[in-house]
Amino acid sequence: MAIVQETIDTVREATGSYKHGFVTDIDTDRAPRGLSEDTIRFISARKEEPEWLLAWRLEAYRHWLTMTEPLWARVGYPRIDYQASYYYAAPKSAADGPSSLDEVDPELLETYAKLGIPLKEQEVLAGVRNVAVDAVFDSVSVATTFRERLEKDGIIFCSISDAVKEHPDLVRRYLGSVVPASDNFFATLNSAVFTDGSFCYIPKGTRCPMELSTYFRINASETGQFERTLVIADEGSYVSYLEGCTAPQRDENQLHAAVVELVALDDAEIKYSTVQNWYPGDEEGRGGIYNFVTKRGLCEKRAKISWTQVETGSAITWKYPSCVLKGDGSVGEFYSVAITNNRQQADTGTKMLHVGRNTRSRVIAKGISAGRSQSTYRGQIRVNPMAHGSRNYTQCDSLLIGGECAAHTVPCIEARNRSAHVEHEATTSKVSEDQLFYCRQRGIPEEEALTLIVNGFCREVLQELPMEFAVEAQKLVGISLEGSVG
Amino acid sequence: MTAGSDAVTSLLSIAGLRVAVGGKEILKGIDLEVRPGEVHAVMGPNGSGKSTLSHVLAGRDGYEVLAGEVLYRGEDLLAMDPEARAQAGIFLAFQYPVEIPGVPTATFLKHAMNSVRKARGDRELDAFEFKKVMDARLGELSIADTMVRRALNTGFSGGEKKRMEILQMALLEPLLAILDETDSGLDIDALRLVAGGVNAMRSERRAMLVITHYQRLLDHIRPDIVHILADGRIVRSGDPSLALELEKSGYAGLVSAA
Repeated sequence: MAIVQETIDTVREATGSYKHGFVTDIDTDRAPRGLSEDTIRFISARKEEPEWLLAWRLEAYRHWLTMTEPLWARVGYPRIDYQASYYYAAPKSAADGPSSLDEVDPELLETYAKLGIPLKEQEVLAGVRNVAVDAVFDSVSVATTFRERLEKDGIIFCSISDAVKEHPDLVRRYLGSVVPASDNFFATLNSAVFTDGSFCYIPKGTRCPMELSTYFRINASETGQFERTLVIADEGSYVSYLEGCTAPQRDENQLHAAVVELVALDDAEIKYSTVQNWYPGDEEGRGGIYNFVTKRGLCEKRAKISWTQVETGSAITWKYPSCVLKGDGSVGEFYSVAITNNRQQADTGTKMLHVGRNTRSRVIAKGISAGRSQSTYRGQIRVNPMAHGSRNYTQCDSLLIGGECAAHTVPCIEARNRSAHVEHEATTSKVSEDQLFYCRQRGIPEEEALTLIVNGFCREVLQELPMEFAVEAQKLVGISLEGSVG
Repeated sequence: MTAGSDAVTSLLSIAGLRVAVGGKEILKGIDLEVRPGEVHAVMGPNGSGKSTLSHVLAGRDGYEVLAGEVLYRGEDLLAMDPEARAQAGIFLAFQYPVEIPGVPTATFLKHAMNSVRKARGDRELDAFEFKKVMDARLGELSIADTMVRRALNTGFSGGEKKRMEILQMALLEPLLAILDETDSGLDIDALRLVAGGVNAMRSERRAMLVITHYQRLLDHIRPDIVHILADGRIVRSGDPSLALELEKSGYAGLVSAA
């Protein structure tokens, strides 16, 4: 309750429609423009990767050349020229890799400070947030906090580049185990050219003592971002993971094609939360990020994976965080808020694949469309023949603001086992004049009234976010809807 | 019409107000003076324009003002946004309070209260201070605090919704409270509770406009002045005995006699 209030207060104070639109002036080391085996060799060499990984990348690349871009999503955009982008951009000062935070370029620290992400551990300890952060700036991880403290519990939290060097066995075993290199057009592209991302391993029976988070920032122009995140929760462990993202305001479209793989071994639990606030483009739809992301988690016996996402940014969002419920008694959850305004397009949802017996899944998706935006929920619930006693509950609610936007729901349910229970509920509603007038009659200005009503609509999902991020997400709801009434 | 109106002491001054909805004239020339401390009852049959009057005063969209003016504390009320009117002390207790799913009632109340306080230049209350104020009002109105944890008006009974309106009025401390058919849908116990809450708020500074179809509410909230609204005009004004007369002869008798 207090949080909603605080948030509204903060929204009231917030100025500017996209406040992360600044560019950091920093020397950048780039790969040559375009995509080829040479580009991939360049990336692999810069990262001093072992031979097996280069071979894995090249195989993915060769496979990618045989694939065609998927066109089934309800989004429209001009064809992407994959030769026009840069696939690697790193701040020069970080080329040798900072060994401690003191060596991180002050400009970078400044950038993250502006974004409200504390990279200095003492700031975190001073009570700002109890979160360990891996900060990824363009193609490289620039800093990871609390590594040593986490190591005491045997927890590994570092950039995936470091993990390749320091924990090659774990990486080799699990990389591509949930999202194979040949999975889909964008995931395969990512496998070929991924540059950095976060890696996390929680040992058996360990409850991670703090939130782990990755913060992605695209800074360089004409650069794609291809990060790769791998989280492994060993038997009986627990971790809560957050990711956030922003980018400067630019007229061009930039491609972000990430892959996130989660592995939850027997009795483990992973809670993965995303607050996605990539630059959405301007009111006329110029610029903005193409967010084409593959996220999937694998649950072994009695394991649980819970995805929570708040998607407010990007010109186009194409994203379906999924769970493969392989182990008996495993649980998958998906909580989503997707807000589109102006010319934004979002096609997002989830896949729940029930493989093991007595597996359960729950999907709560809230779509809010304003301006001339398009929002689609796309979901697949599949119950395999051997998944006896499986249950799914899906609820999709769409909220429309104004008369020029659209919301679509495309659910796909395949139950191949007679004992399965699958429920689907969907609603579509409009923010009513009556609701707005009622709030205004109580002295609440119109835009704040809208924020209040929309936050109420999303409440079930926002409650799933860790405390600190819930505040941020509620703020974002208000900011994303600016200018959509009146 | 109240005789001898005095602009200096007037809180609300309506002159020659004509209003149309969807091209149809509903209010056909309303004159009304309300001074601080007065309780006016506006009575009338269905379709006489009672709700239109309350909505126009609160600033709802969809009403076209054809002629006339409304001064509130000497200012042009019709030029103000709904939120500005609320912040300036006008409160409308809705005939049909609106449901806002997912927004806890207490959150809404704190937000409304702080919006009004902020506009008046008062310091906003923090969560702790607000809770103290709210708890006190809840006690006075015999409202269980479980109710303010539920989403605003969502799934509330008719009586609960009306009590919630009175709670909001008590928290926002308006200068002009407009009660739009607050008695509709209430059983006698709920009516007593609501009327008790309203009576407790009567004060020298505060005026009330009680809009109702039936006399029975006026057994509980005693007005100073009673107006009969018929076909978009105030056809009779007088002391509370007018309401009793109405009870006997019905609207038809009174209107034709006018």
